Amino acid sequence: MRFLTARLSAKRRSPLAGLMVLLLGLLLTGGVYAAFSPASASTPSAANQDLIAKGRQLFLVGCASCHGQHGEGIVTSATTEYGPPLIGVGAAAVDFQVGTGRMPLARPGMQAPEKKQLYTPDEIRALAAYVASLGPGPAIPAKAKYDTSDAGNHEVVRGGQLFLTNCTACHNFAASGGALPHGRYAPALAGVTKKHIYEALITGPQQMPVFSDNVLKPQQKRDIIAYLKSIESEPSYGGSKLGYLGPVSEGLFGWLVGIGLCVGFAVWIASHSVRSSKKGAKS
Amino acid sequence: MSASANGRPQRAPRRAAKSSKPNPLAGIVNWADERTGLAAMSKTQIRKVFPDHWSFMLGEIALWSFVVLLITGTFLTLWFHPSSAEVTYHGSYDQLRGVKMSDAYASTLHISFDIRGGLLLRQIHHWAANLFIAAMFVHMMRIFFTGAFRKPREINWMIGMTLLMLGILEGFAGYSLPDDLLSGTGLRIADGLVRSIPVVGTYLEFFMFGGQFPGDEIISRLYAVHILLIPGLLVALIGAHMLLLVYQKHTQWPGPGRTNDNVVGYPMLPVYAAKAGGFFFTVFGVSALLGGIMQINPIWMYGPYDPSKVTADSQPDWYMGVPEGLLRAMPGIETHVGGFTISWNVFIPGVVAPGLLFTVMLLYPFLEGWITGDRREHHLLQRPRNAPTRTAFMAAMITLFGVLWAEGGNDVLALVFHLSLNDITWVARFAIFIGPAIAFWVTRRWCISLQRQTHTELLHGYESGVLMRSPEGGYAEKHLPLPIERAYTMTANDRDHVLPMPTEEDENGVANRKVALMRLRARLSRFWYGSAIQKPTREEVEEAHAHAAHELEIHEDGHQHLSEGEYEGDYEYDGTPADGHQYDGRHGIDESKLRQD
Amino acid sequence: MTIERPGRPPGDEPEQRHDGVPDGQVVSVAGDPFPDPGLPAHEPRPTDVDEHAGRRAERQVATLFGLSSVFAILWVVVYFAVDLKGNTATLFGAGAQNLLLGVCLAGALLCIGVGAILWARKLMSDVEIVEHRHAISSSEEDREVALGEFDQGVRDSGIARRPLIRNSLLGAMATLGLPAIVVLRDLGPLPGDVLEFTVWKKGVRVVNDVAGNPIKPADMEIGQLVNAEPELFFETDANGEPLFEGTKLLQAKAKAAVILVRMKPEDIQAPKGRENWGINGILCYSKICTHVGCPISLWEQQTHQLLCPCHQSTFALGDGGKVVFGPANRPLPQLPLMIDKDGYIAARSDFHEPVGPSFWERG
Repeated sequence: MRFLTARLSAKRRSPLAGLMVLLLGLLLTGGVYAAFSPASASTPSAANQDLIAKGRQLFLVGCASCHGQHGEGIVTSATTEYGPPLIGVGAAAVDFQVGTGRMPLARPGMQAPEKKQLYTPDEIRALAAYVASLGPGPAIPAKAKYDTSDAGNHEVVRGGQLFLTNCTACHNFAASGGALPHGRYAPALAGVTKKHIYEALITGPQQMPVFSDNVLKPQQKRDIIAYLKSIESEPSYGGSKLGYLGPVSEGLFGWLVGIGLCVGFAVWIASHSVRSSKKGAKS
Repeated sequence: MSASANGRPQRAPRRAAKSSKPNPLAGIVNWADERTGLAAMSKTQIRKVFPDHWSFMLGEIALWSFVVLLITGTFLTLWFHPSSAEVTYHGSYDQLRGVKMSDAYASTLHISFDIRGGLLLRQIHHWAANLFIAAMFVHMMRIFFTGAFRKPREINWMIGMTLLMLGILEGFAGYSLPDDLLSGTGLRIADGLVRSIPVVGTYLEFFMFGGQFPGDEIISRLYAVHILLIPGLLVALIGAHMLLLVYQKHTQWPGPGRTNDNVVGYPMLPVYAAKAGGFFFTVFGVSALLGGIMQINPIWMYGPYDPSKVTADSQPDWYMGVPEGLLRAMPGIETHVGGFTISWNVFIPGVVAPGLLFTVMLLYPFLEGWITGDRREHHLLQRPRNAPTRTAFMAAMITLFGVLWAEGGNDVLALVFHLSLNDITWVARFAIFIGPAIAFWVTRRWCISLQRQTHTELLHGYESGVLMRSPEGGYAEKHLPLPIERAYTMTANDRDHVLPMPTEEDENGVANRKVALMRLRARLSRFWYGSAIQKPTREEVEEAHAHAAHELEIHEDGHQHLSEGEYEGDYEYDGTPADGHQYDGRHGIDESKLRQD
Repeated sequence: MTIERPGRPPGDEPEQRHDGVPDGQVVSVAGDPFPDPGLPAHEPRPTDVDEHAGRRAERQVATLFGLSSVFAILWVVVYFAVDLKGNTATLFGAGAQNLLLGVCLAGALLCIGVGAILWARKLMSDVEIVEHRHAISSSEEDREVALGEFDQGVRDSGIARRPLIRNSLLGAMATLGLPAIVVLRDLGPLPGDVLEFTVWKKGVRVVNDVAGNPIKPADMEIGQLVNAEPELFFETDANGEPLFEGTKLLQAKAKAAVILVRMKPEDIQAPKGRENWGINGILCYSKICTHVGCPISLWEQQTHQLLCPCHQSTFALGDGGKVVFGPANRPLPQLPLMIDKDGYIAARSDFHEPVGPSFWERG
């Protein structure tokens, strides 16, 4: 269903089409909300019941070894979490963690890196439905929540201010990532899908704080996403970006390229030019 | 191309310049000379000699990038508004339109997005600033490693160090002007440093910012400092630097015909005018190339400064790496005494340590002069290996700077190389002390080994690569004597003199009052020269050569005798087979040209 | 020979070196193992002996200078032809105008530079010239005369004989320094006690930054971080003018910015006397680092540590904001919270200590 709307919104031609998408989106929101909202977790429909059962099977195979048979989490003898409990993390967390390939984790380590996703979208939906059935938590956001196709420049500007206030401290001014204590890091945000950004904001994966919808309103989240996408597609006006890592990389390139070229020229200027040897000119 | 093709070194070029034909410039020259009398000075300066070596042009990179800074900076002042007044942005950069910001930031955006070529000028200006300071560093290291700061050039060393310090301050003032998030964060840290000064810190802070941070004065004040005060000082000091250079004449590397009493090279006009002028365009061209292809300080990404915002990877420009690294590595120590606070964690790394480092470097020529007791004039450069302790000292300093730069960028290193920034900091806390010590020791030993290598080559010749078989069937590599030019060049340095231990009283029985100080000096002198290798004496060289010839004679019977023309390869060079007979008088050694080139 | 200087300490023997050696003449010096062979003979370049090579070099240089003009004209063309604004004109993902202008300018400059250097290397005379060094110092007589003249001048002025004039002049000069220093007094106000206080006071709501929305405790989830400000920054006076704007706003923000975090109540070890400063695990801390004042909001929701991106001071927010790593010394100041009558989070008072970097009078 999500694919249908995506195609529609990409090809829309008239404002009416936009309205249609909006209506459809609203309907879908309602539908998805009905399907995954915490309230409905206790009274699942038959189709949903199947999904949860399928998710349970997948969970037992792929997740239970760390998160426990019923998602209750596993605590090691040193009282550290081997795998955290998943009761109450919600479908959004599953969709983010599995959808970005962070889960399943190859081995418990410092921080789950983004990698190629291992499950199909259908399997992720099933897993999410199962975990959502364990306890109330944030649902997978409907497309309308993170759709920024109607964001104008005003929204982008506001998103930029929100981004600089809430996000740059960890993710860097150009969203190219930053370091956290003890080898942890805030990842770069280029290429992350809008849905996953939204899910990260509401679920707070790993060390990232939660930015709940009540404080950072859905509209504001959309603005941030719109800003991120706008700087992602914007040219680097001044030439090569040098990694967008600030003055450290600039200084490095200044020394390597700038001083390198200048010293190279100096060596050439002062070098002895070709001599005409006794046995005839070589040039 | 006047009298050049005859191939003879010219002694008195000024005579040759006097022409019989009427000079078309004569009218102008007469007019100017009657009013300024410049001809008397110009006649010696126009063909002034500059020696040719690539390392003598490093200071020129700094000079020319400074000129580039003046040119591009002047253009930037045409559009930049040094004002903290709040305005609403309505320019071309979409992502900030409608945001409230300072006029300084808005005008920088205007330069970047609404002035054609403005972004290029800004970027050239910033890259040239990086080049300027980097070139000063490299130039300073060259002077240091070759001992060019020794008498009579101590004043020029101090002027140079002052230029370096002013250049760094100028850079800081410059990148603080656009009032973007990064420059504001830098000012916030500068504010913290000033505030940490005991007793007067807050007063200085309030006077600097015109009240509480950030105030609305700092940008216009920094602007005056950046475009008037420091550039004025820089121009004056660069002038003094160059005048002294011209008066004292350039140092040169020792070599055949190049002594402490002359300077051998090419004349100012035309060769150096063309080379140095060409180098200006080259440095400008490199800056323009960097400005065109590599983005620097994308202020539009940082957004306007706001004291409640910050970005990851907040860094100063690289030349602030020393205080930045120290600030990060310093453990958090504060003292609270009698109702007062001393923030050692900020005061030491931000104020005391950089000041101390600068002072040591500023006074270095006098420190070394005192230790060595050397008061002679030096116009010949030293090979770094021939001053092992000095070379090692600079290696230690470079290591210290390297450690601090790395620590100053520990978050970027942690991110890029997947390291823990806590670990980097812990390593840096120790490496600040251990790294330079290791570098010092290794470099000193390395220099002495290189000296030993030179010594061996002088006495026993260089390795020719020719293997000889003895009648007994053993193989040995032939060593050939160094060409005389090379041997002379390698021995043109002075011998070291360790200062003698002072006596308690002089020969007249008068007590030596400074004996403790002199004893320290003698000890330092002994440490300074350490186990450095002295060049061989004439007797040692002669003995070694005689010994080599003797060995050849012993093996004469079983020796290969190749007639001329039997070789194809190396024979081509000089018509002499490399048969090892260079010592036994069968043919001369002057023409031997195996692999020495 | 070295130039003799007065004042050399006895026993400090100079190295005996040679001087005034005519070029090309072999001279030996006592102690030196090898004599100076003198300047080597000049070897001609191909362009010196081969007219053809010379003409080719001339053409190369002229071509480079010509190319420079081409680049300069291209620069002008780019200036007028390539659009600066908008995202339309890009080249290799970079702004086309900057890239092309930079490359053209670099081309124009480098062609002149390389051309001039080639000219010097290939065509100008490359016979090395020997210039003799003069003594850096003046002659002994000159120095005597100069000193004598100076003494004469000083004697003529009578400054030594008339100490009254000398001392009063010195006094006058020194006093003249006072206005020069005193005029700087108005560079800024005196600090007074303004660093001790912020705009927080009892009942000021904690609102989220940028939007200014007030926050109820129930809005905050476990692990939530809010970059917050006092509501005063979003309020207007009777005339509709903002209470804080421009510099005044920035100065107030530089002290009053806070972060609001929520963690599990059992993860909090509140210091003595601060047990009730939070609300159900919601704590409010100053955002201004106690090291040198960077705003900190890099909060790890699982470790409850707050990292400063400037110098990596790390504060444990579950443990009273104490420093666990880095150069900061003091814990992060905490703002006591309460719930106002409308149910929103508000400050119960100002901070109980000065925020931001330490200073001398802080105590």
